[in-house]
Amino acid sequence: MKIDSIRKLNKWRREIRTQQKAIKTRVLICLGPGCLAGGSDLILKEFRTILKKKKIKNISVASIKKTGCHGFCARGPLVIIEPQGIFYSKVKKIHVAEIIEKTLQRGEIIEKLLYKDPDTEKIYKEWRKIPFYARQQKIALRNVGQIDPDEITDYIANGGYSALAKILKGMKPEEVIEQVSASGLRGRGGAGFSTGRKWATCARAEDEPRYVLCNGDEGDPGAFMDRCIMEGDPHTVLEGMIICAYAVGSKEGYIYVREEYPLAVVNLQKAIDDARRFGLLGDNILGSDLCFDIEISKGGGAFVCGESSALMKSVAGEIGEPRAKYVRSVLKGLHDKPTVLNNVESYANIPVIIEKGADWFASIGTKKSAGTKAFSLAGKIRNTGLIEVPMGITLREIIYDIGGGINDNREFKAVQTGGPSGGCLPADKLDLDVDFDTLTENGSMMGSGGMVVMDDRTCMVDVSRYFLNFLVEESCGKCVPCREGLYQLHKLNEKVCKGKAGDDDLKLMENLSRTIMSSSLCGLGQSGPNPFLSTIMYFRDEYEAHVNEQKCPGGVCKDLITYRINDDCDGCMACLKVCAADAITGKKNEKHVIDEIKCDRCGACYAVCNINAIDII
Amino acid sequence: MVKLQINGKTVEAREGEMLLAVIKRQGIEVPTQCHHEAIEPTGNCRLCMVEITKKNWDGWKKSVTSCLYPVEEGLIVETHNDKLFEIRKTILDLQLARSPHSDYVRKMALDYGLEKSSYPVEPDGDDCIMCYACTRICEVLGKSAISPTQRGHQKVIAGPFGEAPPDCIGCLSCAHICPTDHIKWNDKGQTRTIWDKSFELIACSKCGKKTITREFADYLIEKRELPANYFEICDDCKRQETAEKIGSLVVRAREATI
Repeated sequence: MKIDSIRKLNKWRREIRTQQKAIKTRVLICLGPGCLAGGSDLILKEFRTILKKKKIKNISVASIKKTGCHGFCARGPLVIIEPQGIFYSKVKKIHVAEIIEKTLQRGEIIEKLLYKDPDTEKIYKEWRKIPFYARQQKIALRNVGQIDPDEITDYIANGGYSALAKILKGMKPEEVIEQVSASGLRGRGGAGFSTGRKWATCARAEDEPRYVLCNGDEGDPGAFMDRCIMEGDPHTVLEGMIICAYAVGSKEGYIYVREEYPLAVVNLQKAIDDARRFGLLGDNILGSDLCFDIEISKGGGAFVCGESSALMKSVAGEIGEPRAKYVRSVLKGLHDKPTVLNNVESYANIPVIIEKGADWFASIGTKKSAGTKAFSLAGKIRNTGLIEVPMGITLREIIYDIGGGINDNREFKAVQTGGPSGGCLPADKLDLDVDFDTLTENGSMMGSGGMVVMDDRTCMVDVSRYFLNFLVEESCGKCVPCREGLYQLHKLNEKVCKGKAGDDDLKLMENLSRTIMSSSLCGLGQSGPNPFLSTIMYFRDEYEAHVNEQKCPGGVCKDLITYRINDDCDGCMACLKVCAADAITGKKNEKHVIDEIKCDRCGACYAVCNINAIDII
Repeated sequence: MVKLQINGKTVEAREGEMLLAVIKRQGIEVPTQCHHEAIEPTGNCRLCMVEITKKNWDGWKKSVTSCLYPVEEGLIVETHNDKLFEIRKTILDLQLARSPHSDYVRKMALDYGLEKSSYPVEPDGDDCIMCYACTRICEVLGKSAISPTQRGHQKVIAGPFGEAPPDCIGCLSCAHICPTDHIKWNDKGQTRTIWDKSFELIACSKCGKKTITREFADYLIEKRELPANYFEICDDCKRQETAEKIGSLVVRAREATI
């Protein structure tokens, strides 16, 4: 069935909505990456198997829906029952029969599966009321976790493709660009360049053809926002790109997805196929003059291919290395033609901006950073997961109100924003507003939205070493400062971790960092020393402890620490059993001893001891 | 024409020209490694960086690679200052750690007062400075037999999958353009070896001297539409033949006048 007019689209939408209204209860099963790892696909299967066998009034297999990431990964696998919004967390396959019997059949709530706030002990029945969700505002993620990504009908029922219909019906390309500009939307990939300005420059370029590209090469460790959008709501990415194509006059688009996201590739491909089948992609979209098609281009997982010029080379089938962008890629991009490249999340915002208007979007967030931003919370935070919050919210609100604070009630030490080339901010920066400019001013950056929280057991010198190592491995190796500079910087950082560095090494590292930043070819190198610079800016005392006292205050750097059993030891033998180096001796119910020479400082004993009888010195 | 200022002096340049060409025309020395007139610039070595600004930039300066930066009207360029010296020195310092045995790198580093690297030296480091001159000249020739492979510090120039490049025709362009003489090759008897690949050398049918590889000859014959027997005789013998021909013509002409 081709939907070749806006009237037909609207009629179809009404039909879908009528059909969906007939299904009173919907059971949403999160199949996001976290829940999937927890076995939510088995839960889905179990629901379907039982419901096929058992006839239950008002509930059919059609009530069971798989969705993308619902967000609260720490509590997964998640099962949500709408319209009541009942939130079941940490669901296992064995709970399915009980949920069907009690909740679906009799309307009873199963209390043990509800979320209980560990601090207040308050039990929440409805997901919207849980603090984790209550402070969020979802625009880009509006459908993620709410719809079945495989069903184009779900997207359309939720208002999908109505923004496209709106522009085709009565907006000129210039007006679309005007709206996007006026909304204040800035690139969600991290650089924060005005999306509207980018589109306007491309539309003005005289050369043809023009290309529309989507950057789905999310590579920051701990970041999974784009992944969840591509997996959970692929049509919103397509709609955003089609609107962009209309605005800049393009006929051809590519979505660059890393191959490590196989589900994103499958779901996007399904969405593209469906969109083509119904006439939402291809020639004469919705019966208009607009002709635009999208293809998926799979990346091999090189971090540097998230950089615009490297990405375009990779799409063109060349070696994914950046080039100097003195002529910007918006004018000379893919195949040296004008190209708009936006991040997944940027595109996901577009349909909403068109529908609700630029003023509405600009009223959210701050003056210079409008709208919301998706973040993935990772690290030592209690509520790990995927969130979307208005710009201008403080780090404290994100980490404590939404994130629930630090695991095991330990002390907060730092939060890393902006991915490996971002920076680590200390506790006294927790009240900073989260927006593009404030984060940059404070030595970090917005980046694509990864947020890694660290507690007091983290060594910041080791954190710097870890991220530098990542960048050394991911540097493309084309230019000298990035290839050799980051390599040497990492080696010097390792020397600090081993307690073998002196003050002059720190000075050398700082000088080297300056040169790498000012002379590298692309953004990877230019921001490469950030892990070191931001940690030494805020945690110089830790570096000095490594250099001057050969001590690791975080108790992490193996060469500088010793594990010792204190008098609290009750001789439970747990540590003795886990020690792979056979370094622990002792009898049951008697204090154990660690042989410091044999000990390889793996930390297994420390992790297993329940009574804090092991000290790190 | 475009007017710009280099080190305080106003100069003219053609539109679309790169800064480095204009700087060199002024007789100003800016160090380069990856730059070569025969091939497209890539900006790998970063040594040719200069600082640019404009009147309306409020004193803000930007470091750019002059080999890749197209000239602009009103551009104010500085080619030497403390910051640029520091950048060039650090780059050479890093290279000295990576390629400690390269005379080429050592000589350039010495110009910046570096006798030894400030960083831990890699005793087994090779002389490749990853300037891509070899891969770019190979591309210009239309073969692209070798390319940069791997990433970061592991990066090497090699044939596909690290094996002998199937498309290599043994023309030696890569070896000749390599600034550090890192690309090794040798001619022994009838055989030339480069990139772990052996080629048969054509012997001149007159004097027997070895000229170029059979593959290179075939490639040139096809590409330049040369006669199939063009490379059977070496250039020296060809010259001699021509000289003899002209000589005999002169003799004949003289005899005719007598």
